[in-house]
Amino acid sequence: MNIVLIFLQLIFFLLAAPFLSGLISKIKNNLRMRKGQSILQPYYNIKKLFLKGEVVSETASWIFRVCPFIVASSMLAAAMLVPVFIFQSPAHQAGDFLALIFIFSLGRFFLALSALDTGSSFGGMGSSREMFISALAEPAFCLVVFSVSLQSGSTDISSFSGMHALTVSSVFGAITLFLVAIAETSRVPVDNQETHLELTMVHEAMALEYSGRSLALIELASYLKQMILFFLIAQIIFPIGLPVFGNLAGLFFWSLWYLARMIIIAIAVALVEVSVAKMRLFRVADFLGFAFILGIIALVCAVLGV
Amino acid sequence: MISFLQTQLFLFDPLSLFFLVVIAIISLPSAIYSFGYLKGEYSPAKINLSWFLLAIFVLSMAAVVTINNALIFLVAWEIMSLVSYFLVVFDTKHDKSIQAGMIYIVMTHIGTAFLIAAFMIMFKHAGSFDFLEIKKACLAMPSQVKNILFVLFLIGFGTKAGIVPLHIWLPYAHPQAPSHISSIMSGVMIKTAIYGMIRFIIFILGAGPSWWGTIVLLFAVITCLVGIIYALMERDIKRLLAYSSVENIGIILLGVGLAMFFTSINLPYLAIFSLIAGLYHLINHAIFKGLLFLCAGSVYKATGTRNIEKLGGLIKKMPHTAVYFLIGVMAISALPPLNGFVSEWLILQAFFLGVLNAIGGAKLFLGVCAAMLALTSGLAAACFVKAFGITFLAEPRSHYAQSAKEVSPSMRAGMFILSLFCILFGLAAAAIIRQLSKAAGAATGIDISNMKFALNNFTLSPQAGESVYLSVPLISLLLVIFGAVAFFVYALFGRAKAVIYKTWDCGYYKLNFRNEYTATAFSKPFRVAFSFFLRPYRKTQKIRESFYHVKAFTYETHTTPVFKKYIYGPVLVLVFKSAKFMRRMQPGSIHLYLGYIFITLLLLILFMHKF
Repeated sequence: MNIVLIFLQLIFFLLAAPFLSGLISKIKNNLRMRKGQSILQPYYNIKKLFLKGEVVSETASWIFRVCPFIVASSMLAAAMLVPVFIFQSPAHQAGDFLALIFIFSLGRFFLALSALDTGSSFGGMGSSREMFISALAEPAFCLVVFSVSLQSGSTDISSFSGMHALTVSSVFGAITLFLVAIAETSRVPVDNQETHLELTMVHEAMALEYSGRSLALIELASYLKQMILFFLIAQIIFPIGLPVFGNLAGLFFWSLWYLARMIIIAIAVALVEVSVAKMRLFRVADFLGFAFILGIIALVCAVLGV
Repeated sequence: MISFLQTQLFLFDPLSLFFLVVIAIISLPSAIYSFGYLKGEYSPAKINLSWFLLAIFVLSMAAVVTINNALIFLVAWEIMSLVSYFLVVFDTKHDKSIQAGMIYIVMTHIGTAFLIAAFMIMFKHAGSFDFLEIKKACLAMPSQVKNILFVLFLIGFGTKAGIVPLHIWLPYAHPQAPSHISSIMSGVMIKTAIYGMIRFIIFILGAGPSWWGTIVLLFAVITCLVGIIYALMERDIKRLLAYSSVENIGIILLGVGLAMFFTSINLPYLAIFSLIAGLYHLINHAIFKGLLFLCAGSVYKATGTRNIEKLGGLIKKMPHTAVYFLIGVMAISALPPLNGFVSEWLILQAFFLGVLNAIGGAKLFLGVCAAMLALTSGLAAACFVKAFGITFLAEPRSHYAQSAKEVSPSMRAGMFILSLFCILFGLAAAAIIRQLSKAAGAATGIDISNMKFALNNFTLSPQAGESVYLSVPLISLLLVIFGAVAFFVYALFGRAKAVIYKTWDCGYYKLNFRNEYTATAFSKPFRVAFSFFLRPYRKTQKIRESFYHVKAFTYETHTTPVFKKYIYGPVLVLVFKSAKFMRRMQPGSIHLYLGYIFITLLLLILFMHKF
């Protein structure tokens, strides 16, 4: 049963992750009175990239070559730590909420290195900015983990997922994590996925030299990361407890329910993206400082028990 | 006074044994490394001298962590300091060595002065220099005396450990020594100060009131942040590593401070847990910082420069060193599945358990400290992306890097052993924690026999019966499996080989190394974000041929050394002023000096008569 659940969770993540990105871009386009690309466009993109040839910079070393595999494997491993279907299997015992932060940083670390590897100054720019943003996001992320885990009594993700009551602390925690997710998934106002303007791009600048299959792996990894973060926000803000799986129908029902909650988060992200302008890089420090303060409030509320 | 010889001179409890292991585990690979490193760098006579000094240095450190007598401890401590001073000034080719050595020896003796004061107070109360006797006497000691002793030890050992603002000597002294010595100094020597703190504050004084732990935590947080922010700004690779040592000492002290804090609020289980976390990070830092200094030494040996702005592209010239350095930077950035990840996870977990179990405002305080640790860890990752990326990746930025060659086998062997330890200490975490619990138990005097730290051989669990796990082997397995799956999918979809072509240059000219990102550019966002502390300033100068024609333009950017300028500068000025004043006493007249001797004698006789 366990191995089946692991596979199901993997398939769930791989199938649903690009959909969320497609959905966000569709909503954004519609809100801007455009027709926009199909919701399924990210799937087409990945298919296209997998079938295309690849160009590698002559300056690049083996770091550039192995990076896509490490990025993809770290995000897939992170997807195994989240209790969607496998909160009782040994794969889930691999790590807790705190370990998730570190696994995220593994993929980011290698992507930042590979960006420096090609010797392009776009890559260096992206690498430096990404490490800057993520370093400032880290304390807020840590406070979310603490305030949420404080309510359930352990840093295990499935223990807070098992909660049924929505508290004030959870609300603040979810907002904090939402802001962190905006920074981590390179969304407006921190970064912009749609632009290739060298002065503003962060994540795109790091992946600029990648093409073909390698780029497909990196894109897939960033979809996965986004989905994991959305899933965690949904778990905090919509506490519905852990599912009980009787049969395949129940499983299907739960995955739809999971998806529905994540779609709400995706809509929120799309709304934020169309309603604010991108910030200057140095304003991001204020943005994440605000997230940090919200995190402190979440912790205070959790300490007070509200 | 001879009586101290009758008591047991050495103390081999699990705490001392742990530190002996730390010394051995770093010194041996460093010694192997030095075979290749010293060759060609120094004359044969000097190489022999370096071996002699190295032997005494390692022996004196071993003595420091095992001796059971405060007086002999001081002697060993002093030998360690002096020998390391000689090693700092070993490179007499460079003027900087002398300056670095001067700063080091002054600072270290200020620290020793505080220790001597502390030991004299202890002797007054215990009537003995034996640690166990002093420990007994401490039970009856008034709390004010204990508080004074705590402060003296914190400053005394803090100077050696490099706690901010007493860290000033560390970034001068550590980089200046030969690299294998830097590796031992940063990896092991500053840890003997942590040993001193654990031995004298936790073991002998017994952790004390909760403000002791709070003070240690506060200093630790400041040390972490200041250390890593300075490391981020640094362009000299060895100084970068030295500043990062300051940061890591802060992380270790977070574990030690938590242990003191938890003991004082009567949470023995958590005290043991956080001391384990601190000790774990201690040995991990010894391993990866030792490794990184050895790698930095290899880079220096191969290129002749420590300035990373002049390096680049070394991954192709020095493939082995690059792999070892990569393992080191991954470990120090706390990336799974290496050892640094485990110990930082443990410390964060200790903070979380503190937030869970402490009462009132302490919860909030611990939560904010943990967030600061998270910030430190993020900044450390950025710092080491810079260190590795600028040094090893892209195109060489100068002829130094252009002509680099891989280093000799003995140097590679030293680095190989330490990088193996980086992996092993991650995978075997559960087994190591069980060993560390003995050392933590011996240090705190808490009975650990019915405490459970590991569920089974591979999984860590902070509290028995709780459902929090970290399994490094399982994480590694997941990473390897998914990496293989990703590779399989990659290989499945196309047999066409990748086309090798130029880096995208926007269609202009061929890119060269001058287009690459530099270390200074990389750290620019951080310099702006932390400008309230770093106070960056620019120096620009126009070199004119005539009024109308500017021939050249120089541009420099610096950060203000806050501690040097605002703390040490004024103190130095004061010292020199008072020295100038005191000089009046010494006009060189022998009659006056005879007069001084006579007056001193008179005073002494009066003094003896009265008491």
